[in-house]
Amino acid sequence: MAVTTNTTPPKDQFIQRSRSTATMDSGKNLLTVTALKMHFPLTQGIIFQRQVGAVRAVDGVDFFVEKGETLGLVGESGCGKSTTGRAILQLYKPTAGSVKFDGTELTTLGGEQMRKMRRRMQMIFQDPYASLNPRMTVGNIIGEPLEVHNLAKGRAKTERVQELLKIVGLNPYFTNRYPHEFSGGQRQRIGVARALAVEPDFIVADEPISALDVSIQAQVINLLEELQDRFNLTYLFIAHDLSVVRHISDRVAVMYLGKIVELADRIDLYEHPLHPYSQALLSAVPIPDPSVEQKRKRIILTGDVPSPVNPPSGCRFHTRCWKAQAICSEVDPEFIEHAPRHWAACHFPGA
Amino acid sequence: MADLLEVTDLHTQFFTRDGVVRAVDGVTFQVAAGETLGIVGESGCGKSVTALSLMRLIPQPPGKIVKGSIMFDGQDILKMDDDEVRGIRGNNIAMIFQDPMTSLNPVLTISRQISEALELHLKMDKSEARKRTIELLELVNIPSAKKRVDDYPHQFSGGMRQRVMIAMALSCNPKLILADEPTTALDVTIQAQILDLLKNLAREFRTAFILITHDLGVVAGMTQRINVMYAGRIVEKADTVELFANPKMPYTWGLLRSIPRLDESRKAKLVPIEGLPPDLIAPPPGCKFEPRCQYRRDVCKEKEPELKHVPGSKSDHEARCWGTQEGGWLVDTDWKREIGDTRLLEAIKQETASVTATPETPGE
Repeated sequence: MAVTTNTTPPKDQFIQRSRSTATMDSGKNLLTVTALKMHFPLTQGIIFQRQVGAVRAVDGVDFFVEKGETLGLVGESGCGKSTTGRAILQLYKPTAGSVKFDGTELTTLGGEQMRKMRRRMQMIFQDPYASLNPRMTVGNIIGEPLEVHNLAKGRAKTERVQELLKIVGLNPYFTNRYPHEFSGGQRQRIGVARALAVEPDFIVADEPISALDVSIQAQVINLLEELQDRFNLTYLFIAHDLSVVRHISDRVAVMYLGKIVELADRIDLYEHPLHPYSQALLSAVPIPDPSVEQKRKRIILTGDVPSPVNPPSGCRFHTRCWKAQAICSEVDPEFIEHAPRHWAACHFPGA
Repeated sequence: MADLLEVTDLHTQFFTRDGVVRAVDGVTFQVAAGETLGIVGESGCGKSVTALSLMRLIPQPPGKIVKGSIMFDGQDILKMDDDEVRGIRGNNIAMIFQDPMTSLNPVLTISRQISEALELHLKMDKSEARKRTIELLELVNIPSAKKRVDDYPHQFSGGMRQRVMIAMALSCNPKLILADEPTTALDVTIQAQILDLLKNLAREFRTAFILITHDLGVVAGMTQRINVMYAGRIVEKADTVELFANPKMPYTWGLLRSIPRLDESRKAKLVPIEGLPPDLIAPPPGCKFEPRCQYRRDVCKEKEPELKHVPGSKSDHEARCWGTQEGGWLVDTDWKREIGDTRLLEAIKQETASVTATPETPGE
């Protein structure tokens, strides 16, 4: 596809083009997210609560995840990446938009149907200290989803739990121990085993290694990669560490203030970032090599991320963007495919 | 030039119900005036305890500095009485903590918190201190400092709070600033802002910094020299360029191999350091890293190597490893290609799968 030039097509054409391409279904998609919005109401008043505004945590995102791939979702804290992950799993009820999983629309599913659907989509949480119940044994933690979904009981359940522990690299005889007996890395393995218990197709990993020590992070990354090959898993990998995301993902989406600003194959995004925010983000990551560091030119953004309650008009990044022009504060740029499989929302991409 | 800070054989221990935790176990290093030294290591390796020991801020009991000396500007901090230490703390040596959310007092205004040190150490009166506070806030690039000086910490964002912390640290023109994970709690674009600010300040005021972090990327761009710590000891020290170009300790190799790099050319598989850090109550008798090392030999288990100069490197490059020392079996090892005995690596992995960790102390 041709790279867009300055000859701007009429606006309605833009919209059609972006919508149809960003969510294009080639038949390989496991997950298709269209115009997903997740707003949290802000209320005032003691007896009569009236809504005075909304935190627009996710404000219209489009993307798809193909079977067997890893889509990395990066952004700074508060950009809505975790909310996106949770809204996909319907842990929050999305305000608007559609989430299609393997052909089924999730936003309109009833409770019981959704519960059944959840067997196929699981989540790994960030903090292995907070996401495991301290009063449950490891056996109960990993076995619970098996019972909930009527997959195994009694002896079969115990055997399955032991098998899962072995898969994630823990001793199968740990079933009667409690979470506090394990280190952070081992606890995260328990979290992974719990997600794997129901043999899901799709796993949302929300910052799975951020709470771990450097030397342990690599152990968990390698485990996730091995499991993906072995069980043909599809991941949505949410993280703020761009080096890790680059390592593990096939494609990467960059989020800023509730919107995806760029989406591309990993090499493409890291070598030819089109959106200024992606460029700044990449240049801000320190590289563990003093000779490279000395030569690098860093783009230092000024200021902080604006509030998602009252996001800037036009392009949300224009308040911190060094390329911003008048149009940026007026017109919100569309999310356009600038090169094959490379989308960005910017009036002056790549320049 | 004479060193500003000279730490010799520092031992800090914590006396707990389960036994004596040797958090810092014989650490020796120097910092020259105006220099930035990086201390790198994972949580629990003793890097924060080292910093707290320098400020004599170890909670006692259970902690105690049992041995060593800390010469700062010709005086031994460990021999001072409490009043003398208070005269140095915040005045000659200042500290920037990791979490700007919890290290500022939420019920006092920023102006009150910064001017406290000015009034105490520099004997300024209220109006002078206030003027200086505003100058300091401008120095760390807080927009409309005049207006914001009377704000409370909760009215600032994380990055701005860290700037306030830095302003506070700078307030008395210290000769040395200890920055303990100053950017770990911040986002990457804010981290870049803060690192840029620290770098400029170090250059402008010739302040010496000790930068404590687990992030090898951060030290690569910020420091002149690096100490790598593991299990309460310094296991390798060298100047920054040398350390990254020519590391001489399998633990450092492991750290470098286990982090994905933003500029890696192809999808190489990460080689993690298998196993878990040792229990500091009963550390291994030989090399502290031996249980996790895939290059180990029998000697490593029996006797601990000393920190000494390694052949084939710059004169001030020291490492604590039998293999890379004179006549060792790792002298010519190319750490990037030879990842060691893979069967041993697998064995370490299996071994740790069946060991439960002792519950670590929370709040590290």
